[in-house]
Formats: sequence, structure tokens, C-alpha cells
Amino acid sequence: MSSVNTAHSVVEPSRTSKRIAATIVIAYAVITMIPLVWIVLTSFKSPPDSISYPPKIVFQPTLEGYCNLFTTRTRQTSEYITSLGAPTSTCDEITRSRNMVIAGPSNYWPRFQNSLVIAFGSTFLAVSLGTLAAYGFSRFKVPLAEDLLFFILSTRMMPPIAVAIPIYLMYRELGLSDTALGMILLYTAVNVSLAVWLLKGFIDEIPREYEEAAMIDGYTRMQAFFKVVLPQATTGIAATAIFCLIFAWNEYAFAVLLTSGAAQTAPPFIPTIIGEGGQDWPAVAAGTTIFVVPILVFTILLRKQLLRGITFGAVRK
Amino acid sequence: MAEIRIENLRKEFGAFSAVEDSSFVVRDGEFLALLGPSGCGKTTTLRMIAGLELPTSGKIFLGGEDVTFNRARERDIAFVFQLFALYPHMNVRKNIGFPLLAQGVAKSEIRSRVEETARLLQIDHILDRSVSGLAGGDRQRVALGRAIVRRPKCFLMDEPLGTLDAEFRDLMVRELRELHNRIRATTVYVTHDQLEAMAMADKIAVMNHGIIEQFGTPQEIYNRPATMYVADFIGSPPMNFLRFTSGLQKGRRSVSVDGVDISVPEIQQDLEEGELALGVRPEDIRFSDASSLRGAVYGSEYHGTNQIVAVEMAKGLVKARVPADHSFRIGETVGLELNYDKLALFDCKSGRVVVSSRYAEHHYG
Repeated sequence: MSSVNTAHSVVEPSRTSKRIAATIVIAYAVITMIPLVWIVLTSFKSPPDSISYPPKIVFQPTLEGYCNLFTTRTRQTSEYITSLGAPTSTCDEITRSRNMVIAGPSNYWPRFQNSLVIAFGSTFLAVSLGTLAAYGFSRFKVPLAEDLLFFILSTRMMPPIAVAIPIYLMYRELGLSDTALGMILLYTAVNVSLAVWLLKGFIDEIPREYEEAAMIDGYTRMQAFFKVVLPQATTGIAATAIFCLIFAWNEYAFAVLLTSGAAQTAPPFIPTIIGEGGQDWPAVAAGTTIFVVPILVFTILLRKQLLRGITFGAVRK
Repeated sequence: MAEIRIENLRKEFGAFSAVEDSSFVVRDGEFLALLGPSGCGKTTTLRMIAGLELPTSGKIFLGGEDVTFNRARERDIAFVFQLFALYPHMNVRKNIGFPLLAQGVAKSEIRSRVEETARLLQIDHILDRSVSGLAGGDRQRVALGRAIVRRPKCFLMDEPLGTLDAEFRDLMVRELRELHNRIRATTVYVTHDQLEAMAMADKIAVMNHGIIEQFGTPQEIYNRPATMYVADFIGSPPMNFLRFTSGLQKGRRSVSVDGVDISVPEIQQDLEEGELALGVRPEDIRFSDASSLRGAVYGSEYHGTNQIVAVEMAKGLVKARVPADHSFRIGETVGLELNYDKLALFDCKSGRVVVSSRYAEHHYG
């Protein structure tokens, strides 16, 4: 009996241990999901429901949070509201039921667009630069390569916010404050070190013979890089891109400090919703829910690569 | 097709000297094997011919043109890597057609040439398969296909059979040689396996510590090794060395090993007193009671067609290849008779052969 178990423990876990493992994993997943579920539920609650105690699990769902998120409203007398024509949209209807009319669109959508441009832009730059740099470090004799790599890594050794004041002053001088370009450059600078280190590992694993074969087959090194190395580094590039994107997407501290208007991203904008018309938790929750979507989609699209990227190095050939 | 000429090629990696002053010529259509243990500089030599490494000094000529500093893609050569280096994101057809794509060959012509190559290698049925699912031998053929589809000036192969299992290797050795006979492309083939080299090559260069110890046909290498290293590296079991101390004079026809006079081919070189070794291949030893060179049987290995008998002599073991039907008792005293025609004398200090009448018509330097 015991010998059978030992043999199985190496090749295939027993049914019981599989169940225990599954239970733990599912429990962990559920616990981590709770805040997310709470946010999504709250986004569909009416403001009174959202602050009721004990929290309501069953409630009348409403799009009020989303309407409030995307619009600015003004309070009007009921006479004025009845004098208006029939409501033109669901949001109109909801707003009027609260004795308000829609005054115009809110800043959420432009802020969300800023987030998209800045996060994807900086990710693209960081990964492109990182791939080229990692390839260089991996394949060529770079003078002082070890020191350079350490220097690149050392930029991540302090909390980025430690350099916030100098960067703030620099950006003001350069006119990069509150510009999308400034934020892209900043996030690229932070992410490129991560990208170089992650990608160097991936590219080190790609045998040189592939490029050498391509170069003998008549291609230049650049062509060999694009035609042979890059297609094989997609796993690493995808994993790196997700890490970079998550950082740039979620970044709050620099965004608060360096953006206030035109280039403001969603993270610093969402808390400001609270101040506008009372504590509008459903609108905040709606803003957060929508904010999660792009990362979710990106991660799902690349999940195969991400999984391989994370377990990378665990299994050597 | 072209001749490859290497002149005084050297390669240093920092303080380590990987290839030292190598010169040789591979004639048009010839198959050269660079043979040696790992780390002997054979792969480095090949990579310099390919343009993947730059030599520290020396020159490389392909078809008479100095290509020493040309890039790999400008040399018109094909290289087969040890691990094949098939592009995993392309199928077989694309892999084979990849070099033609670089040359800007028209699509329809790529198609027909890839198919022609595939037929030659008998892989036309797997053209649309992914390379990652292929068996070792098929991968090997695809790698060869990618090399020959371009009709390059020469082929360079870096231990292409190294990862195949033994049975398949024999088959591929035959296929490679047949392929060479058919297309007659100048080929440089790197291997550490003497049997592969012997079976395929027109010429063999035996390398050790970055030095070409001997360059010649397989027969020359086997029958007239120029150094003790070559004599020891080639042959299984390797050549026996009977060590003794003596001086040599031109015209001598015998040497005295442990007090036994043994006739040797006429010595054509004077040599001061020093340690010498009489080299004899296991198959050039016969057992004979009449011989006064005696030893005790130490053990035997049965090989079916023959057996290898180890005999303990005053200065170590001597292995003899004798017919399988003899039987020996361990410890039995036997007399050894050496085939006079096949003996070679080596100077142990320099490791080089002593010139005798057997070696006179050849140049070893």
C-alpha cells in the first residue's frame, strides 16, 4: 500500500490530494474574487442600496451608477423637469427620477482614453526597447554588460515615488507635465528595466543557431531577428507586455502628481467622482468595473503565453 | 561548387587558443571530415569557414576568392547544425524554402525547387507538416534539404548525426555519402566519431588542441598515423605502443624491445637516445609460440567475428585482434609476432612518427 502511494506521488497525485488541492485553489480564488464581485454588484445598485447595512445581496439592479459615471447632472425643480419633453434615454429617465437633468458628459471617458493611450503606448515602447536591448545583451559582447544590467535593474530598487519630486520639477521645466507623451515616457522608463530583464531570460533560451542559420541562409542580422528570433520570443514578449501593461494601467502615484487635466488617467479620476454629488458609490464602482475590463480582455487573450511566461524557467529542457 | 583553402588560420578566445595555425585545402567536390575530441577546435574552424566567427589571423578562400572578412550571408555556403536549427514556427516547406526567399527567388520556382529537393531526400510526403512533430531522421533530412535547395558553393556540417540514435546514424551515414556522391558538393563535416569520418570522408583532418595532427585519406590516417595522438585516437581498440629506450640511426632495420629484437621497416632518420614507442595495430599481432616477445593472457573480449585478447607485457597491456575460435586461459603465456610491414616507430618526446621506408614516400610536417 505505502509503496504504491509513493510511486503514485511522483507520477500522479492521488484522488484525495487532488481534491484537497482543488479545494484550496478554489477557496483562494473565491476569497480573491470577493472585492471584485462586491465592486461589480455595487456598480448595479442604487445609491441607497449601496450604503445599506447589512449589504444587500439581492437588490433591484439599476444602471444609475453607470449613468452617473458618464454624465454630469444638475438638480432642477420638478416643474422644470415636467416641462421638458419625453426622456430620450434610459439615463435621462433615471436622472429625472432623481429630480435632476443631464448637463453634459463627464470626464470619465476622456480619462479612460488617456489611460488606454498611455498604458498601451508605454507598454509598446517598453517592450520594443526591451526586446532590442535584451537581444543585444544576450547575443553581443556589450562592454560592461554586467554593470549595465545591474544599473538597469537598480532603477527598480527604490520605490518610483522616491523620485517623484525631481521628476515633477523636470517635467514642469520641459513642458511634459500633464501630457500623454510625458506619461508614456515615464512609464516606459519604469517598465523598460523589467522588460529587459524578463526578455533577456527568454531570448537567452532561444538557441543562437536559429539566427546563425538564417544569416547563412542569406539574411541580415536584423532580418534574422525579425523573421526567426521574434516569432520564437512571442511567449516572453506577451508575458512581459502584460506585466508592463498592468503596471502602467494601475499606476496611481505619478498620475496624481503629474496629471490633472488633459492627460489625466482613470486611476486619479475615479476617486474624484466621490466629491462631485455626494458619495456616489455606484458611480465609483461602475468606473472601477469598466476600468478592469481592458486588462481582463488583454490577459484572457494572452493567457496561454502568460501562463507559459510565468512558469518560465521552472522547467528546463 | 568550389575549393576551400585555409591558410594559417588562428582563433583565440581571450588567452585561450582554439585553433592554431591551420592550413589545408578541400578540393572541389571533396568530402573532408574534421575529426577530433570535443574542444579540439574543429567546430571553431568550421564556424570560421562559415563566417560565424572571425579568425584572429589567417585567410579563408572559397573558390579562389578571399572571404576571410565576408559576412556569412555573402559566402554562399550552407550549414547544417548539430541541433538542426529548424525554424519551429514554420512548416517543412517553409523551412526548406527559407534560403530561397532571401535570394528573392520567384514563388513558383521556390515551390518547384523545394519539391524537387524533398523528392531527392524522400521527404515530399511531410512537406506541409510542422517541424516540431518530426522524428530525428526527418528533421535531419529537412535540415539537409534547407542546405541543398540553394545549391551553394559548399556544405558545412557540424556533427549533424550527433543526436541520432545508433541505428539511425548508420542509415544516415549511408544516405549522406550517397547524397554526396550524387551532388558532389564540397563538404566539410565535423565529427568526433572516427567511424563516421572513416565511412564518409575522402579526406580526414585529425585535430587536437587546436592543431591539425594529420591531414590525409582515411587509409593514410589509419595505416600511417603521423603522430602518437592520431594512432591512439583512430582505431578501436587503438594502436598498441611498446615503449623502450634507444637511439636510432639511418638504415637500421630492427629495434630491441625488452631485449627482444624486432625487425622494422628501414629507419630513414637519425635520432638521439630517448624514449621510443613501437606502434602496432591489434590486427597486426599474431600469436606464435616461436616468438620470443612473450606475455601473459590477461583477458579477452569476444566480438563474434574475432576477439580482442589483452596480453600483459613487461610495460603494460597489449591488445591483439585474433580469430574468434582460439581459446585462451587467463594467465597463459603466449608469444606475439608483429606484422613487420605495418610497424611504426614514434618518438615519445615529440609524439611524432620516426620516418621509415613505410613513410618515406609521404610528407608529414
